[in-house]
Amino acid sequence: MPAPEWLPGRRSKDPAPSNDAAMWSKCPKCGEVLYRRDLAANLFVCTRCEYHFRMGAYDRIAAIADGDFTEIGQDVLPGDPLGWTDKKSYPAKLKSDAERSGLSESVVCGFATIGGFPVALGVMDFHFRGGTMGRVTGERITLLLEEARRRKVPCVIFAASGGARMEEGMLALMQMAKTTAAVTRFMEDANFFLMVLTDPTTGGVSASFAFQADVIVAESKAMIGFAGRRVIEQTIRQRLPDQFQTAEFLLEKGAIDMVVDRRKLKEMLVRLLEYANHERRVTPSPSTPLGVNSVEGS
Amino acid sequence: MNNNVIVEREKGLVELERRIAELREASAAQPLDMSTEVRALEAKYQAILQELFGTLTPWEKVHMARHPARPTSLDYISRFDRFDELHGDRHYRDDPSIVGGFAFLRSRAVMVLGQQRGRDTRENLRRNFGMPAPEGYRKTSRLARLAARLKLPIVTFVDTKGADPGITSEEHAQSEAIATCLQTFATASVPIVATIIGEGGSGGALALAIADRVLMLEHSTYSVASPEGCAAILWSDASKAEEAAARLKLTADDLRRFGVVDEIIAEPLGGAHRNAEDVVGRTLDAIDRALTHLSALSEQRLLDDRYQKYRGLGEWRSEKLVTT
Repeated sequence: MPAPEWLPGRRSKDPAPSNDAAMWSKCPKCGEVLYRRDLAANLFVCTRCEYHFRMGAYDRIAAIADGDFTEIGQDVLPGDPLGWTDKKSYPAKLKSDAERSGLSESVVCGFATIGGFPVALGVMDFHFRGGTMGRVTGERITLLLEEARRRKVPCVIFAASGGARMEEGMLALMQMAKTTAAVTRFMEDANFFLMVLTDPTTGGVSASFAFQADVIVAESKAMIGFAGRRVIEQTIRQRLPDQFQTAEFLLEKGAIDMVVDRRKLKEMLVRLLEYANHERRVTPSPSTPLGVNSVEGS
Repeated sequence: MNNNVIVEREKGLVELERRIAELREASAAQPLDMSTEVRALEAKYQAILQELFGTLTPWEKVHMARHPARPTSLDYISRFDRFDELHGDRHYRDDPSIVGGFAFLRSRAVMVLGQQRGRDTRENLRRNFGMPAPEGYRKTSRLARLAARLKLPIVTFVDTKGADPGITSEEHAQSEAIATCLQTFATASVPIVATIIGEGGSGGALALAIADRVLMLEHSTYSVASPEGCAAILWSDASKAEEAAARLKLTADDLRRFGVVDEIIAEPLGGAHRNAEDVVGRTLDAIDRALTHLSALSEQRLLDDRYQKYRGLGEWRSEKLVTT
């Protein structure tokens, strides 16, 4: 498939052949050294231990959309409402994150098709300010939901977030209220809201639109919770078990619908979209099980 | 929690207060006129109050908001004309860190909900220091939905460091409980008035604060995270909380300017606890006025206005854009 026009230069860069260090990635879990191109071909899943690397927003869109993607809200750019400075000024932090990640904010929003179904697609990226939700994150997600409501298409959002962004203070917290209002209006019109939780999804994002969705899918081993692990450990003054707050843990506790391996995720999303679009298209895709539907399963 | 800087500061006043009281008593009991001495001492006392509390830094306001004697939700609710508490989330348990129920305020039937911290260690343990668990938020959602069905306006009092960050709360899906609470308040087709009476910390506070009118006491604070939490998150150093408090813009004046808060309720010099009766009374008056105003609006207008209010918060367009 030829590279779509939105794509060039947006995906994580293929390193120059001379740059040895950038050609290889080390798995943070098992330590395996992976050839970058093989890793990308495997959707950034470790070929040895199946650790899911944190994925860039445009890599994600390329992996999930059918090849088309029309971005919206890219003209909405962050400012500095509190005049925040600590070790660096907040605008300087934004600038260096933008250079490093190739993004202008922590979320990329737009319209695409997945398995032939038109959808509104929002993808958060941990590489920009830890995926935190600032005013522009909230604004772009709100614009996406409002436009999806007008177009009457399902909305699919990938979460990856450390929560509300400290440097924008209460205006960041208010994005929880804003996105909630937009989600609720969207869902009231009998629209389908599908959420994919990726590593990590916490705080102000998990406690607002992420857990308001109709169906919540999580990637294998993703860390998901309200309070961060460090905060809980400090509060209770003991170490938490490794399994705590993983996607599998949340499935067992009844907080999410299913856990899916990233390499089967697109197939799963298409199947879920078939239910939401059953009046438009009748041929179901194959019925092989894709998700972990019980804790003991697969 | 470390020592409260306001409580520390008040210690010196206690001796002065005792002397004034003694002098007053002596003056009343004796034929000797000591009113000049009493007045002089009282003037000195007022001057000291002014010096100690005339201007408070954000960090001092954080401590004022946490003052153990500061009026809590039940201090406000007990001044309603009537209150019948309702309990439980109907799933697992009753969470005492949120109180709620039917009430009459100035002869208007309402649903009232408030985060409740304790005044002493024992009550604090029972009420989990005012940090609600998912069950508290589920009780809140349940009562807010009931209020909407019965057309009862909703009155809330916000006073929490944040939602409980414990193992059980995570197991019981704290995120979902708060997320659902937000949705319930965003769509409840009755007037909602929220008042930040103490500390408003993070999403755990916001869960009771999506409202048509948000009131805030002068020395209350309301922030994206507690200053300690913010310092830990950004700098991995909770001891930099004072610096975080200064940066977070968490005072009533800041939030009024940002449009997060609609009305500020003045406190007496030295804080609400120095004249709780007056503060509570004026707060209930302000809530009553807001409800009277909102009750005149149609349901659709109310919901549209609420949507637009939150839609507009964090307006980005007027900013100078950061280009990359």
